[in-house]
Amino acid sequence: MRRFSVPALLLIMSAALVGMAYQEYIDLYIQSVMMFICINIILSSSFNIVNGFMGEFACGHAAFMAVGAYVSSVLNVMLFTNDKVFGPPVLSPDLALYFFPLVLLAGFVAAALAGLLVAIPSFKTRGDYLAIITIAANFIVTSTIINIDTVGGSRGFMGMKKIIYAMEDVVELPWMLIWVIVSTILSVWLIRRFVFSTYGKGIIALHQDEVAAEIMSVNTNKMKVIAFMLSSGLAGVAGALFGHILGYINPGSFGILKSTECLVMVYLGGMGSLSGSVLSAILFTLLLEGLRFVIPWVDGGLHFIHLLPDAYHLSQVWKWVIIPLILILLMQFRPEGIMGNRELSDVFPRLKRWYSFK
Amino acid sequence: MLESIFQNLINALQWGSFYSLIALGYTMVYGVLVLINFAHGDIFMVGAYIAFFIATFLIGHFTLPGGAVLALSIPLTMVLTAGVGVTLERIAYRPLRRKGAHRLYVVITALMCGLVLENGNLALLGASRKSFPELVDKVVYTVGSVSMTNLKIAVVISAISVFLILQFIVTRTKIGMAMRAISYDKFAVPLMGIPIDTVIVFTFVLGSSFAGLAGLLFALSYPILDPFMGAIIGWKAFIAAVVGGIGDIRGAFLGGFLLGFVEILVVAFFPSTYRDLIAFTILMIILCVRPTGLFGVAKTTKI
Repeated sequence: MRRFSVPALLLIMSAALVGMAYQEYIDLYIQSVMMFICINIILSSSFNIVNGFMGEFACGHAAFMAVGAYVSSVLNVMLFTNDKVFGPPVLSPDLALYFFPLVLLAGFVAAALAGLLVAIPSFKTRGDYLAIITIAANFIVTSTIINIDTVGGSRGFMGMKKIIYAMEDVVELPWMLIWVIVSTILSVWLIRRFVFSTYGKGIIALHQDEVAAEIMSVNTNKMKVIAFMLSSGLAGVAGALFGHILGYINPGSFGILKSTECLVMVYLGGMGSLSGSVLSAILFTLLLEGLRFVIPWVDGGLHFIHLLPDAYHLSQVWKWVIIPLILILLMQFRPEGIMGNRELSDVFPRLKRWYSFK
Repeated sequence: MLESIFQNLINALQWGSFYSLIALGYTMVYGVLVLINFAHGDIFMVGAYIAFFIATFLIGHFTLPGGAVLALSIPLTMVLTAGVGVTLERIAYRPLRRKGAHRLYVVITALMCGLVLENGNLALLGASRKSFPELVDKVVYTVGSVSMTNLKIAVVISAISVFLILQFIVTRTKIGMAMRAISYDKFAVPLMGIPIDTVIVFTFVLGSSFAGLAGLLFALSYPILDPFMGAIIGWKAFIAAVVGGIGDIRGAFLGGFLLGFVEILVVAFFPSTYRDLIAFTILMIILCVRPTGLFGVAKTTKI
């Protein structure tokens, strides 16, 4: 019973979500918010492998997202659509549905290989020097994409909407929502299985003390490569999904600001807490979307009581003032993040009666 | 050919001076607190805006010659920007330090402070770009076909003098000795009767006021201000500081000039879109070969 409670709950929830989207009970806006929540969950939990469990300070997660997004989008557009640059489709567009997981996998592999760019320098450096290498890697990846003209350079790349239409032509279902939910569940499961396995404990050992871990026969370099590649590969999957949801990507959307968002989600949830990063991703996305509605209300209210001059209106920019302020305050009162380094079942021990998540 | 190289070298000196001035602030704070003060680039931006408001206020309310306005706005900008930096330290960093929070959480707080400064500025002042008033007449000196303006020379000279001042303070004065002591052992220093908070505030005063100076000089050289001008230049200056060996003043100074030279030379020989790509690749290779930077000393870990 306990073994099946979480999978059953997830299955019911995602089936309900897909069903509601299919019957059009929830509109496209709510669907896209759901999908962004899922993508942020992948991003923050995969970033948590490196920044939380392994205790490094990497800050270039968006670079790998960009690699995954570009590789999978270009592959999909090249294979299944009639594009100006890449010519007629190689395969029949009907196959797009069946090839989509493979394309996501290609995004994973490409981003994981890009992860080597950071993983190999990390053998020798730690701490702030590694932080710099990751920032530099982020700049390098985005400016490489800007300089490749076949994928649009700084103008961006589009055409992924056609893939979604092609998939919906085969079977009429909200396919993007399904893929996003499936890959979120799979990647959180993968991280959980990996980090809490005996083998994956090597990463946590690296966090505690690198020298001691090496003495206890942890192959530190190999663990680092695995951690970086897994983390960046999953970021690539998130990027691939991101690109297909929006239908348009450009290098500017994978800059330092996106990496900052990932950092915020990890440290908001707590270093080394998987349920913390899932929770913080949900909270962060909801906050971001919720403020979109709250700001006009506040603006109207302040104008109503004549606190603001008539010419000045609160704009959506205030969102990015309020969110950092909330975070600064949170850091003052709870510097270890929402969950610290504990999991949900450590915070509420009685939950263990109901589920065992393996 | 030779002349264009000289011209590029002079441009690189100017561009490197800005990086150096900001990198010095990063490295001061890092050397004392082991804190990457990610808000520093935005303090530079705030400095430029403060300089803008002071200069327009002085021009609008008093009939002063440009030189006098400049002479008044340099110290005022430095003082006010230092105030901003100290306020950040007082409100955001010090409580966390008192609680003994993990170092990375302080870094995240710094990152958030930077975002607040950037977007707060954008939200309050609007997206319209401000153009800085022209305070000094541009004088162009030409040697052969290499031309330089008095502004460029002033920028380079002020970067060098700031470096010399900081080097003097850190190595020759008592408060500099206290700074080095804090970076050496943060727990033993209060036991020796050194007021640790005063020293840290002084560090922030130094770093932020020179960031304000850099902002003013930047606004004089490139008179268009926008709220995000500090973000990219700040990140790059930080990378420069690390390449020089973070925590070391000579390292930050040389790292800033190195980054300036690499960027200008890349632009001279390649299309300008390759600037970031090649510059950062070179810096990454340097860091892979010398993981602690040019002047950094590897810390020995005890087992």
